[in-house]
Amino acid sequence: MIQSSYILEIDQLAVSYGSIKAVKGISLNIKPGEIVALIGTNGSGKTSTLQSISGLHSKIEGKIRFEGQDLTSLAPHQIVAKRISHVPEGRGMLSDLTVLENLQLGAYLRKDKKQIKEDLVGMFDLFPRLAERQKQLAGTMSGGEQQMLAIARALMARPKLLLLDEPSMGLAPIIVKEIFQAIKQANADGVSILLVEQNAKMALSTADRGYVMETGEIVVEDTAENLRNNDIVKAVYLGIH
Amino acid sequence: MLLQQITNGLTIGMIYALIALGYTMVYGILKIVNFAHGDIYMIGSFMGLFFLKEMQFPLYAAFIFSAIVTAILGIMIERFAYRPLRNVDRIVPLISALGVSTLLISVAQLIWGSSMHPFPTTFGSKVYSAGDVTISEIQILILILSCVLMIALQLFVKKTKIGTAMRATSMNLTNAALLGINTNRMISLAFAIGSALAAVAGIMVGIYYNAVYPTMGYMAGINAFTAAVLGGIGHIPGAMLGGVLLGLVEALSGAYISSQYKSVISFAILIIMLLIRPSGLLGKKDINKV
Repeated sequence: MIQSSYILEIDQLAVSYGSIKAVKGISLNIKPGEIVALIGTNGSGKTSTLQSISGLHSKIEGKIRFEGQDLTSLAPHQIVAKRISHVPEGRGMLSDLTVLENLQLGAYLRKDKKQIKEDLVGMFDLFPRLAERQKQLAGTMSGGEQQMLAIARALMARPKLLLLDEPSMGLAPIIVKEIFQAIKQANADGVSILLVEQNAKMALSTADRGYVMETGEIVVEDTAENLRNNDIVKAVYLGIH
Repeated sequence: MLLQQITNGLTIGMIYALIALGYTMVYGILKIVNFAHGDIYMIGSFMGLFFLKEMQFPLYAAFIFSAIVTAILGIMIERFAYRPLRNVDRIVPLISALGVSTLLISVAQLIWGSSMHPFPTTFGSKVYSAGDVTISEIQILILILSCVLMIALQLFVKKTKIGTAMRATSMNLTNAALLGINTNRMISLAFAIGSALAAVAGIMVGIYYNAVYPTMGYMAGINAFTAAVLGGIGHIPGAMLGGVLLGLVEALSGAYISSQYKSVISFAILIIMLLIRPSGLLGKKDINKV
């Protein structure tokens, strides 16, 4: 078998909720080390796509391959074991656990205790605010701090692929900047990233390539630079007329 | 008189607390009330009888083996009666629970008949007195063993990695799964621990009242469920507090009001609690926060 040059390959993925088709046979690929943005309006099927990769939908059609292996028959925890981390929409907080407990659970499947400790220090360097709040319950933190925790927790699994669902949602611009700095840092450390965003401007200034999704279909696919200059993207998603 | 009633109340309260833990741990994760839990306690009691009488095991071994049997029973009940109904309306597993409850009682009646069985152990009958208070050996065992088990459970849940994963699962199944936690295994574990504790409670009650019978899980189950709701269902220390409080209320009202009304008083507490503070004494108010 020829080794694929993609770390993630989605082929003709379709997701339905009852009679409603949320995703209508999309194909999407990510090369190792890439940041790929998936942009689109509310309800276009972006979140369903991410959830399908993570195994949260049992009834999907099409193929999802990670490093050549099919993911579609695996349970969510088995997919995490393949080193795919998913930061869900709304940050996926375990609100009554402390910041430290959340971070430790990020490394739940790892056995290398010493490196986990080192990574924990690394996360506190990346987000110093988390270090100050180690003992605080995650649910009592601000939205921005929760997003930092969610990303740090996902990175504690040492993922090869990081799935991010709307990391900028509801956050102040200065926090969004900090979050995206961290995303770039993770990518520089070798993590491939699939970034779902409504904030197309931020996403396309960070990503290498992008896909635009509308009502369950991919309508445009191009490099991030070309997408930033695409007339439709400009008009609809970047608010430039 | 008062101290004696408090001693008796604490004894039965500890039993309620042990059983209540099973309700609360399962509710915490699956948001269903396992109405078969009282009957798992009954099976545990019969298993204790079996290991002591038929197998001639020492008491501690009867505890351990009965706990293992009910743990496996609990896991199987979840696997076959609840898991297939995971994604349907919550009323459906409730009906399934009542079915399992009836099944367990019927099986117990088939095997052991419907009459009461005495507990064949000489342990527990020795009585100690201090002033006006008399306390039997079995009461001391109930108080100490229950405390030890509850502290051990609390340490397990709070301090270990698997315990933390279990708490994570009870907070949010999906979010826990996304961290690599095998949530089905955590659910099995909750059933196993709850059922094992119920077996321990069942054997201790069997010795305390010197009686084991197939329908013994009914009232004990309802009382323990009341205790779980009183403390805040889904909340582990809440179940312990609720159990102890209910035991005390029962003993004191039995002594000072009327022992015939003690169930009335327990249920009145349940109804009042559901009306004024449905989340219980220690439970969080916003259980259904979106």
